[in-house]
Amino acid sequence: MIWLTWRQFRVSALVLMGALAAGVVVLAVTGPQLADLWLSAGERFFAELSDDRGKTAVFYTGTWIVYALPAVVGAFWGAPMVARELEAGTSRLVWTQSVTRTRWLATKLGVTGAGAAAAGLVGLALTWWCGPIDDAVAKGYSDPGLLSVPRLWPQLFSARGLVPLGMTVLALVIGVTVGLLVRRSIAAMAVTLVAVVAVQLMLPLLVQSHLMAPEKLTTTITQERLTEFTGRPGIAPDQMVVERMEVSVDSPGAWITSNLTYDSSGKVVETFPSWVAECASPPGQQDAGTEACFDRLEAEGYRQHVEYHPASRFWTMQLIETGLLLGVAAGLAGFCFWRIRRDLT
Amino acid sequence: MSNVLEARGLGKKYGRRWALSDCTLEIPTGRVVGLVGPNGAGKSTFLNLAVGMLTPSAGEIAVLGARPTGGEARRDKVGFVGQDTPTYAGLSVGDHLRLGAHLNPGWDDSLATGRIAGLGLDPGQRAGRLSGGQRAQLALTLGIAKRPELLLLDEPVASLDPLARREFLQDLMEAVAEQELSVVLSSHLVSDVERACDYLVVLVDSRVQVAGDIEHLLSTHHRLTGPRREPETMPGDQHVLTASHTDRQSTYLVRTDQPIHDPAWEVSALTLEDLVLAYMRGATDATARPALEALR
Repeated sequence: MIWLTWRQFRVSALVLMGALAAGVVVLAVTGPQLADLWLSAGERFFAELSDDRGKTAVFYTGTWIVYALPAVVGAFWGAPMVARELEAGTSRLVWTQSVTRTRWLATKLGVTGAGAAAAGLVGLALTWWCGPIDDAVAKGYSDPGLLSVPRLWPQLFSARGLVPLGMTVLALVIGVTVGLLVRRSIAAMAVTLVAVVAVQLMLPLLVQSHLMAPEKLTTTITQERLTEFTGRPGIAPDQMVVERMEVSVDSPGAWITSNLTYDSSGKVVETFPSWVAECASPPGQQDAGTEACFDRLEAEGYRQHVEYHPASRFWTMQLIETGLLLGVAAGLAGFCFWRIRRDLT
Repeated sequence: MSNVLEARGLGKKYGRRWALSDCTLEIPTGRVVGLVGPNGAGKSTFLNLAVGMLTPSAGEIAVLGARPTGGEARRDKVGFVGQDTPTYAGLSVGDHLRLGAHLNPGWDDSLATGRIAGLGLDPGQRAGRLSGGQRAQLALTLGIAKRPELLLLDEPVASLDPLARREFLQDLMEAVAEQELSVVLSSHLVSDVERACDYLVVLVDSRVQVAGDIEHLLSTHHRLTGPRREPETMPGDQHVLTASHTDRQSTYLVRTDQPIHDPAWEVSALTLEDLVLAYMRGATDATARPALEALR
């Protein structure tokens, strides 16, 4: 059975694995160069990196490939696995040999699943390559572009570490499940593509922030901590109504999930009094009035509540999310085993 | 074990439609059975139930004494050649033999390679490039080389041209003679069955209309032609299958174990086709059923 699985799988396996291997070679060659740049450039690291077209291209392409991998595996390895047999009628040939359907599926899922897990390891390769960038972020350096986005942030979290492995295995099983239900290869591939992308969008938007309870920080708003103002023009000219203020946490690379100001009665502030506009002076124009404004904020009992995940949680959250994805994959695989034993003609 | 296959009240429902209902059938060991019936009679459903591709909605079926979908099913002893003889278009002939060897513990490799060589097939050729007849032969080779006790074939020659059809069936008969296996072959063409089989089962609307040894069936069925005579006056040991009358003459198709001595009749033998058609026609007439039940 392993022979047959490999015989049917080898072309698509070698094509994808070959492409990924080429990608890993590129990472292996440029990775040490990136580390050298980090050692030599120090705080000018991001400035020099963003001028290096080659390495920024590796960064963006690598991230893109890791995000695209699960959909490719789901659509090309997973969806046709059962659907093509049913479509071509070869299910009547292969499922009437001495091997049971259960063992047929177990071997197919086992071999292809191992391939998917191996392919998903590119996430680790990319994480290794990005090591210098993560170190620079941890030092608090940043860049106006996407290069210095912390790896814990939802934009990048699922493209790093072990999550790509979990996601690729899940995508494979999603493909097999859809193929079993839809029974036509092309339609199953399309549905799989949509389903995998939907899961990938759901992860950062709905799942990642619930993996662990966030750290909580309550602090006064000071000139040093303040990172962002949001306001709108007031009625009088030159007047500004402040609606939101955000502060930083003293933790580079952290992912802030909530950043709200509460007044002395413990309610979330929706609009600040007009005198708060004084605190919003642009850098360089700050004077004694600005300082007085911050003092008054503290005196009147305004406090900032911040919820965040520190960068040190990266691997813990990676393991939890990967476990979750593999758990869902196992559940779906269980459904496949149940379904394949029922009538399929 | 006298019966290689037994079904009791077997039924299969797709949604709300019964593809096969209340089918009771016994197939004796060591025969080459032709399962004949019109399209939609449930032949294919029956064979798919027998090989475990489908699970019954009602009743039960035992193949080599075991439920085909259960854990005790004797999958290695039941060969199956599916409708349109499916093969993997992308795999070579040799790959198919390797598939058979890997998926069946009782695989007879010398038998398989010998058959492929005898057929003049190139093991390196892709199955997708084979002609319909060659593909059917490849599927048959897979079915035979697993060394089954029972070989089921679902309309294996339906899409073949007459020559390929003849060669396939001849080949099947040779294999049967060498290996002493039981065979059930479904077809909607009587000529296929006549060429290959020694036992006949006629299935119409899930019901077995007649089942028996073909030689015996032919020797006990007669066409009687003579002066007009009403059916009620026929002797009790003669079961009337069909009757047709002109003003002065009657023609009866009857089944009887007794010799026919009445000199008024001109007695002639039936072809297998006449016999099958008579039972198919009879099936539409519900009154014909009790007589047929008695035969089994």
